[in-house]
Amino acid sequence: MPNPILVVKDLTKKYGDHIVFHDINMTINEGDTVVIIGPSGTGKSTLLRCINLLTKANSGQIWLDGEEITAPGHDEDEVRQHIGMVFQNFLLFNHLTALDNVKIGLSKVKKLKDDQAEAKAMQELERVGLADRAHHYPGQLSGGQQQRVAIARALAMDPRIMLFDEPTSALDPELIGEVLEVMGKLSKDGMTMLVVTHEMGFAREVSDRIIFLEKGSIVEDGPPEVLFYTPKFERTREFLWKITELYGKKESDS
Amino acid sequence: MGSVFVILQRFLPEFLKGTLVTLELTAVGILLGFAIGLMLALSRAYGPKWLRLIAIGFIELFRGTPLLVQLFLIYYGLPSMGVTLSQSVSAYLALGLNSAAYQAEYIRGAIQSIGESQMTAGRAIGLSRWQTIRFIIMPQALRLVIPAWSNEPISLLKTSAVVFLIAVQDLMARGKRAASITYNPIGSYLAIAVIYLVMVFAMSALLKWLERKTKIPGFEMETEKA
Amino acid sequence: MNVGRFIQYIASGTAYTVSVSLIALPLGLFLGLIFSLLYVYGGKILTRIMSIYSTVMRGIPPIVLLFILYFMVSGSINLSAFWAGSISLGIISSAYQMEIIRGALLSVSGGQMMAARAVGMSRMGAIKHIIIPQAFRMAICPWSNEAAIVIKDSSLVYALGVPEILRRAQLISASTQQPFLAFIIAGVIYFVLVFVTNRLLDGLDKRLRIPANP
Repeated sequence: MPNPILVVKDLTKKYGDHIVFHDINMTINEGDTVVIIGPSGTGKSTLLRCINLLTKANSGQIWLDGEEITAPGHDEDEVRQHIGMVFQNFLLFNHLTALDNVKIGLSKVKKLKDDQAEAKAMQELERVGLADRAHHYPGQLSGGQQQRVAIARALAMDPRIMLFDEPTSALDPELIGEVLEVMGKLSKDGMTMLVVTHEMGFAREVSDRIIFLEKGSIVEDGPPEVLFYTPKFERTREFLWKITELYGKKESDS
Repeated sequence: MGSVFVILQRFLPEFLKGTLVTLELTAVGILLGFAIGLMLALSRAYGPKWLRLIAIGFIELFRGTPLLVQLFLIYYGLPSMGVTLSQSVSAYLALGLNSAAYQAEYIRGAIQSIGESQMTAGRAIGLSRWQTIRFIIMPQALRLVIPAWSNEPISLLKTSAVVFLIAVQDLMARGKRAASITYNPIGSYLAIAVIYLVMVFAMSALLKWLERKTKIPGFEMETEKA
Repeated sequence: MNVGRFIQYIASGTAYTVSVSLIALPLGLFLGLIFSLLYVYGGKILTRIMSIYSTVMRGIPPIVLLFILYFMVSGSINLSAFWAGSISLGIISSAYQMEIIRGALLSVSGGQMMAARAVGMSRMGAIKHIIIPQAFRMAICPWSNEAAIVIKDSSLVYALGVPEILRRAQLISASTQQPFLAFIIAGVIYFVLVFVTNRLLDGLDKRLRIPANP
């Protein structure tokens, strides 16, 4: 019985006359890993930021676990405790160690006692394989390590859904693998995930569904087998062929 | 605050005379400061060790002590050593030497940000060290320094006000006189404050214009890019 | 008068100079911090007001402002020249410190705020736990500069008759006809004060530096 965690209805965002995306409709069920692909600048990042209310959409509605989070007067800060976000540029808090980065949401937002917060934070760091770097500062960590700490930081809040905004785009090629590995494991463990990425290998092997977003609207939404091998639209085929040429490292030809 | 207006009207000719003196002090101070500051910067950047130390000593001393102390030392102190200078000359000298220390640091910063590579390039085509400094490095440095350096003329304009304490008849001195005549110190000093503000605005606008005119696109000091 | 007594007389003004600075600087910090938070996070109207305050207070020569504020403060409350002067210097410094803190706040990247909100922190929480701690470290260097300026500008209260270092040097130079020596000594004392302050703040800067690999 699919349980919709996130429902987006007719979401539209524009800056003045420029329409970033319009009439976006999608449903993410519990345990789904959904990947959003599309040409750069089609508003994929903006869409994610509208979902966790960092940016306000112009019209449309969003429900998280059955509650309409776009309703006026709804507590935004509270919503963000239940939506985890991982950024392209990691955005770790520079003045805090890895452990404190993961801990701070627990202490200051969830108001956990210090020992509880510390225990949970260490747990999450272990989950991403960085318990031994707990007392390092972001400046002392590689890009891949920083991103894994960022994932731990988001996970620590026990979110209902994790949003990933091009998590590997800012990483050197040899560091991408460690992050994708963590994400793959998360997916297998049943986390509900919405990922914007160019990593086609990840999209094909790990996702349950792929959404192709172009020119501000959803062209196609379906399982990877369909989109990669028998897409409904020519545009989808074109884009995937082009992007697989560019990024497909682990691709074996279909 | 109507009294400010009244005072401005009544003392305008005198205030204007004071304004001229203030502008004169600023102009001389900046020019003298630039000449000496440039020499200090070059000494620090390219000079032999003993010269560098002298330059550093001068800069640290003049930046590390109040202008008033420097002013009094020159005007009250020097006569006892046989050098007697008039009020105006003492003021020019104090302002100039003080400004030189600050300008030297601005210029040195610009020279450093141009870096060794330009010197290498200049030497590589056969220019002497001095020629490279003169024709390659300094023209770039002096353009690069303008945004940061623009702080100095304005700072000097404001700093110049203290010379009234050795009886130089600048705008501040006229304000003091107005205060003692009208028994309205707040009104008088507010009146000259307004004039100082106008001068600062005018000078800022002038400096921004200068900045725009001398800008080379893409060529900025690191701190300016923020 | 022997040199020892000479120096001692001038040096006794140091207590006044240090006191003036120790009142003005923290006062300037307290006000500057509030003003800068209003400036950066306060919304359109407050930002406008603070911007005007900054421009006006930094566009008028400190000595002029000192006189204006001194007469205003001592006109309404019965304060000594020392207190009125110190408070006035503090108010003047607040405008400069406001700009320093504002610069530091703005130099913390917007991404930090976004990341803080993303884990559910409120705007206030993000400012308090994420932005200010980072801005603080960035502000130490320019603030060290401002501290030196306040110590030097404390000499301006000479004009109000406060018996600080410069006034003492002036008095003793008149009575002993040794102005050169008097002002040299005054200069040395100021220099030491500024030097020590800068060194202390440099030390603080180094201690608070976030470790990073090159």
